[in-house]
Amino acid sequence: MPKWSMVIDLDKCVACQGCSIACRFENNTPVVTPDQAELGRAVRWNDVFPMPVNPTEEIGEYPSVKSQYITRPCMHCENPPCIKVCPVGATFINEEGIVEQNYARCIGCRFCTVGCPYGVRYFNWYKPEWEAPLGEHLNPDRVEGSGVLEGPAVRPLGVVEKCTYCIHRLKKAHAQAEAEGRDFRPDEYVPACVQTCTGKARFFGDLDDPESTVHKLSLNSRTFRLLEDEGTHPKTIYLREG
Amino acid sequence: MLKIDREYKEKLIDPLFAPLDRSFKLSAGVLLALILWGAALYFRQVFLGLGVTGMGRPVYWSMYIVNFIFFIGISHAGTLISAILRVTGAEWRRPITRVAEAITVFALIVGSMQILIDMGRIDRLPFTFIYGRLQSPIMWDIISVTLYLLGSVTYLFLPLMPDLAIIRDNLPAGVPEWRRKFYVILSLGWRGTKEQWLRLEKAVGFMAVIIIPIAVSVHSIISWILASTLQPGWHSTIFGPYFVIGAIFSGIGALFIAMTAVRKLFGLEKYIAQKQYRNLGLLFITMNAVWFYFTFAENLGIATGQQTYEMPILATKLWGEFAPTFWLMVGFMAAAFWILVVPLLLPKPKPEAAPSPIFSRRFITSSAAAMAFFAALLIVPRTVSAPLASLTSASIVSTVVWALVIGNAILFLLSVSLWLKAHPVTATVIASALVVVGMWLERWNIVIPTVTHPMLVSSAAYTPSLTEISITVASVAGFVFMFMIFFKLFPPIAIWELAEGEVIKEAQSKVVIPEPEASDPRMRRWGFKSNSR
Repeated sequence: MPKWSMVIDLDKCVACQGCSIACRFENNTPVVTPDQAELGRAVRWNDVFPMPVNPTEEIGEYPSVKSQYITRPCMHCENPPCIKVCPVGATFINEEGIVEQNYARCIGCRFCTVGCPYGVRYFNWYKPEWEAPLGEHLNPDRVEGSGVLEGPAVRPLGVVEKCTYCIHRLKKAHAQAEAEGRDFRPDEYVPACVQTCTGKARFFGDLDDPESTVHKLSLNSRTFRLLEDEGTHPKTIYLREG
Repeated sequence: MLKIDREYKEKLIDPLFAPLDRSFKLSAGVLLALILWGAALYFRQVFLGLGVTGMGRPVYWSMYIVNFIFFIGISHAGTLISAILRVTGAEWRRPITRVAEAITVFALIVGSMQILIDMGRIDRLPFTFIYGRLQSPIMWDIISVTLYLLGSVTYLFLPLMPDLAIIRDNLPAGVPEWRRKFYVILSLGWRGTKEQWLRLEKAVGFMAVIIIPIAVSVHSIISWILASTLQPGWHSTIFGPYFVIGAIFSGIGALFIAMTAVRKLFGLEKYIAQKQYRNLGLLFITMNAVWFYFTFAENLGIATGQQTYEMPILATKLWGEFAPTFWLMVGFMAAAFWILVVPLLLPKPKPEAAPSPIFSRRFITSSAAAMAFFAALLIVPRTVSAPLASLTSASIVSTVVWALVIGNAILFLLSVSLWLKAHPVTATVIASALVVVGMWLERWNIVIPTVTHPMLVSSAAYTPSLTEISITVASVAGFVFMFMIFFKLFPPIAIWELAEGEVIKEAQSKVVIPEPEASDPRMRRWGFKSNSR
């Protein structure tokens, strides 16, 4: 069983936000008006923002200012604080290490959104809407079965959603391998953000496989994880800027 | 046929059957209007989504959670007074148990509604039973709050049963048929036989013991919902006891207000007397002191540790955007402490000597006016003009003005102390109101600064929307409304408990306590017992 992991090399990241856009179209995240975005209701499963997050804490004074951008999908923690607090098991970690979200189960209590120290979880404050041309080009992929609704399926009002490492792509790859009557290979699947990355800064693969790129990169001396000392053990790993 | 003392009947039963007067109808009408307005906005929220609130990312929890913690806290009045005092056999509890138990039930109903209002998908509430995960603190909460609600309804009903039977047997003439049936059914065939009394005593005694740990668990679990996350400012081991103390503290405040209202409306000055105010007041002072201790302890660790994510949150409370609510809370609690303690310390004024001029009316008004003037000096220039604002916000000026505000506040509190001593009931109610509002602010100061300052999302601001404010107002209105209805149907004091107290008092008065032996005063002064006769 693979253990999916993503490595993001910040030396190569140009903060173009291509990953955010790819994610948006891949996963049908709803579009909000600017006044709603002002209230913090913009949904960006894969967000790009400056670090540190509060400008008042900026280090240095002009001209010797250091600004750093970070791109942030879900951390897919090995010890996720979000799934521990869910009262109904609407969010859970699967056997391949992906933290999933079941839209058909979520009761909208938002304990997971408060529990997640990374802020990767989003809530549907209103029924999602798309303007005319956008609404016609939604990703038709759905991950659904026996009361489970996840992936890019259009979310109902009042539930939590989050990055799933494009779980529908994984399921499709598995289905294809099965249809062709062969074993599934870990290199058959990457999330949309990895596929689109302009600077080729994102790597994806099986962390348990000693031959995989992500495993090798995870041993790099530049490796760090977000909020490493919180004990969440993220599987989204960063490489520090050189 | 159960008999009742004529005085009890006049004071406690007859008012229940008096025709509704105008002030009752008017206030009930206003409260109902507020409730309906809140309900309408709630249904709009269910239909449109939680977008009608002021919440967003990262402010995922806000005013509803504040109200939830606050109301569940208020509900701790009942258990404390009634259960703890019953178990310890404190006689003075008798006239106030009913009011206390009613607070518990109504505050719990309103409090648990807040969580339902906060849910994004109320239609999926059954999922908590179908798919419930016991590992989640929310499930602990659902279990403990449900248990507490069932327990406190039982605990309210059990001691009510003999009273209902008394009413059933002493109905005034011309009572509508439904009211008669109401008491017949609810008294469950109570006849006051010895066996029934023994069973009731056993049941009440059992419930009193069992409800104490449930009550403690309820507010601990609410605190653990916050403390079990990694969020800075919440991830603290002190939260359990801190919340329980705060709950009991605000509960006593609510109890004082409710029992004074009942006392005034029903004219029960004889039963709810100075003794109740004094004894419960001492408990109130204790809780106030313990609350200060916990608040200090909670923040001290953060202040000295100065950790990356914890410290900015404390800073917002001490001098940032939450400073107004934080210092208002501290000020309210300190003022409540003063109002309760200082009048007790003042010597009894001698009738022949005029009191010190510091207690004169002129001093009271002038210190209050000076306080208001300097406080306005701090606020008004900011809204009027920039140059004026820069003048008053200069550090030396603002320090002096702040010192004048605080100094005049202390002078004001000192000058009213003699008046407060002469009016202990009013003083207690003022202190209670300060504490109840202060505790709501405390919940606000715990929830909002942390959700607006997460670790990896830039700081946000939160302003409650009209929907949230209306639903909060409607919740308070609903709480008061339930009281009004309840005390139109049920006696405000447990009649049988009062009668039982009289019997005990009478029996005690027959016990002759021997006079202490006289001893030689000269020897006793040196600590010797005199043996020579």
